[in-house]
Amino acid sequence: MPSQSLTLIDAQSAAPIDVSIDGQRLQVGAQALHTATGWAVKPEGFCKGDVCVPAGQAVSADGAVDLRAFAQRLGRPIVVDLNERAISLGAAAADRADALRTLEAPDFTLPDLSGQMHSLSQYRGKKILLATYASW
Amino acid sequence: MDKDGDAARPWIAQASPTHPSLIDTKHVVSDLYNMVNIPTILWIDEQGMIVRPNDVAYGNNKYKEVTGLDSEVHMQALRDWVKGKRAAFAPDRARELQSLPTAEHQEARAEFALGQWLWEQGKNAAAERHFVRAGELAPHDFNIRRGSMPMRNIDPMGPEFFKMATEWREAGKPYYHPLPEK
Repeated sequence: MPSQSLTLIDAQSAAPIDVSIDGQRLQVGAQALHTATGWAVKPEGFCKGDVCVPAGQAVSADGAVDLRAFAQRLGRPIVVDLNERAISLGAAAADRADALRTLEAPDFTLPDLSGQMHSLSQYRGKKILLATYASW
Repeated sequence: MDKDGDAARPWIAQASPTHPSLIDTKHVVSDLYNMVNIPTILWIDEQGMIVRPNDVAYGNNKYKEVTGLDSEVHMQALRDWVKGKRAAFAPDRARELQSLPTAEHQEARAEFALGQWLWEQGKNAAAERHFVRAGELAPHDFNIRRGSMPMRNIDPMGPEFFKMATEWREAGKPYYHPLPEK
């Protein structure tokens, strides 16, 4: 099946990924998945760092990965817009909830108006008021 | 949390704060902390632990009449915590007061992320569909519903906002969720 280049939006970054589309089925190569998401296909399943999740039926005999099944195995939401050739992979609710339950403030890195990047973790050792606001 | 830095620039310029003011166009912090409205505040201690989970507090009383929230209550609590005159929340209490995201809410955030990316590409009509779907999946998330308005050419202080907020309140749901003081 010929593959098409789509954009995968994952963790706020957008990257191209080659996808074979058959109706609702979206298949990607293991290498393409790893490049786009950081998840490797191994005998144990989908692996990233120390974590492996059983792949179940998400990887076919020829090694192709069913992207929707991959998302489901990880408990992550996936939104597909084939007209716009774009896929959005969200964060798993369980991962977010587990992280918040530890009470460790999740780290993030964002720019200020001059473009300088700041990470929450660089202010460790001080009491922090994290306040979000908007022009709207 | 704005569609771009320029939207926030006048306020930051006028306040010229000594603290960092960061620009979050993709709602990174909302996703990580399960925030659903602005303003949202948290206290984080010296060890990087959340000791006051998501709460509502303004920096001044400009909107007190509308919101019913007196900024001075939080400001005093904050000063006392910083000076060591009061404790923050104990871990078990902080966990009790946290709200955690559902699978549907995370799907809404994935829809928002796609809408925001499409908007950046200038594909406004396609973006609109995903912003609308995101709001349907997480009707309580005003960072999505109101925060997307400037990207959709909807006035976030205009009739659509007031209609949304009024419907919400008339359904008996609070627009703000301040924590109890203890």
